[in-house]
Amino acid sequence: MGEFLQYLVTGITIGSTFALVALGFCLVYNASHVINFAQGDFVMVGGMSAVFIMAAGVPMALALLLAVGIGGLTGVLLYKGGIQPAKNADAIQLIIITVGAALFLRGVAQVLWGTGYFSMPGFTGDAPIRFLGVVMVPQSLWVIGVTVAIVVALGLFFTRTRLGKAVLATSYNSDAAKLMGIDTSVVLLVSFGLAGALGAVAGVIMTPITFTHYEMGVMLGLKGFVAAVLGGLGSFVGAVAGGLILGITEAMMAGYISSDYKDAVAFVLILLILFFMPSGLFGQRGVERV
Amino acid sequence: MSANSVETTGDAVALAPGARVQTWKDVVFSARYGGFAALVVALLITPLFIDGLYQFDMAILVLINATVVIALNLLVGYAGQVSLGHAAFFGLGGYGTAILATQHDWPALLALAAGVGLVVLIAAVMARPILRLKGYYLAMATLGLGMIIYLILTQESWLTGGPDGMSVAPLEVFGYTVFDELVWYWVLAAILVLMYWIAVNITDSPVGRALRALHGSEVAADNSGINVNHYKSLVFVLSAGVAALMGGLYAFYSGFITPSQAGFMHSIELVVMVVLGGMASLVGAVVGALLLTLLPQYLVVFAEYEWLMYGLVLMLVMIFMPKGLVPTLHGLIRRVLG
Repeated sequence: MGEFLQYLVTGITIGSTFALVALGFCLVYNASHVINFAQGDFVMVGGMSAVFIMAAGVPMALALLLAVGIGGLTGVLLYKGGIQPAKNADAIQLIIITVGAALFLRGVAQVLWGTGYFSMPGFTGDAPIRFLGVVMVPQSLWVIGVTVAIVVALGLFFTRTRLGKAVLATSYNSDAAKLMGIDTSVVLLVSFGLAGALGAVAGVIMTPITFTHYEMGVMLGLKGFVAAVLGGLGSFVGAVAGGLILGITEAMMAGYISSDYKDAVAFVLILLILFFMPSGLFGQRGVERV
Repeated sequence: MSANSVETTGDAVALAPGARVQTWKDVVFSARYGGFAALVVALLITPLFIDGLYQFDMAILVLINATVVIALNLLVGYAGQVSLGHAAFFGLGGYGTAILATQHDWPALLALAAGVGLVVLIAAVMARPILRLKGYYLAMATLGLGMIIYLILTQESWLTGGPDGMSVAPLEVFGYTVFDELVWYWVLAAILVLMYWIAVNITDSPVGRALRALHGSEVAADNSGINVNHYKSLVFVLSAGVAALMGGLYAFYSGFITPSQAGFMHSIELVVMVVLGGMASLVGAVVGALLLTLLPQYLVVFAEYEWLMYGLVLMLVMIFMPKGLVPTLHGLIRRVLG
């Protein structure tokens, strides 16, 4: 039982990051129908910025906020510099643009910060906590807590604010939203900015546990994409559920069977889901219109 | 995916065999005549201009990539089915061949055939469930399949040498060992020309028309009596088999193979070659392979700025030439000529 709980906590912690990355995929996809292959690199940008801003002597809380802001700005710049100019591009061109952006961000990180692994101390120390036979670092609680807070805040944003409702309306039907007077270019800007900030939050809260590295965005981005598709691309609830399912499955697999194929779990899971449920767990069954 | 493939494809609208030749321009700009002649001439004169091991090495890599990319273009450019895991077929073909030839002392050609056979079998089994998916779900599934193959090649070190890769015995055919760069060049050039010729004929055949039709609209193609699943599977297996063949030859040529050959970034590189050169353009596939194989070599001078520049080039080309280099230039030249 203790073992199981231990793996569960590990799984929820890592699953929270996947959920945040998947939410980023979702936001961008809903607003623009773009799959943003630079989403994982937003996480790297957040983590790296936090480490190096702190190293410059800035107090931790301020450094974390700045790092999230840099992530958001990166998202906005990606939209302004890569997506908006390519107005009439097809899906595949947009995929390549975001892949180009991902390589660009990795390149920038390599130039600015080198190719080393970096970490930073936990927000409230690193002394392990014992609870019901489970040992965890306090940072795990931060990761889970921040993720819950963000999910709640996003929920409020979408249901209670004009801007949030505009984002939702655009995701349902961009043309109709435009006709109702919604400035969809603002919505797109907000969506990319939020996606960048969400990625950076994931990077900031995970760095004390997992380290950060200029290439860390590759695998994390792919797993976040798996989580988003797992839950049905475009579904916010699905993205969170997909992230948690993926994190927990990975942790159980690593704990009970072997950690050799930990990274393969995501891809086996997604192939099985797509073969048997082609629209993901929470996706709507697509009806093809001709 | 939009339905505008036919008018944007440039040389895809090649002359059907027996069709009335309209003007000399149509002949010059067709993939069947002009493109083919240009390719053959370029391949024949290239050895006159290059020298030394390094330049031949680059030329050989271009030949290998171009062959893979032509076949991948049939799948991505003509049939409109995105594959983000194609490098896995390349890598698996390479490893299959390498393991049989090196560890089990199989004759080289038999090992190569077995490596290709293994990949064709996997592709054939996976084709139906994977190609049922559309758009990003298809992209995700091919990416997933590719990652699984990559991770197996990385993890099973007892068989594959793990992340560090494995060395491969040289290619030995009927007692003759192929070492010489120039021999490799001519062998691979011949394979490229053959692949190009096969691809031209496929695109002009009922299969090619079926692929373009289902790219435009699967439902419309289906209703016109085209067996959509059959044709999609056919071109998927074909492109996977070609990738495996070239993977096997690459392993023999370089004498070494690592899992990164099967990795996600290599898959992306192959798709970028297709799109940057020009979707549904066979000349574009060769040009895309040429430029993107050589680009990193030129960017080396930027040292640590290499990746930054590479990403920037990808973004800029896609933003300003979304149809790809060859169709864009082709359109420009034809407009000038009137």
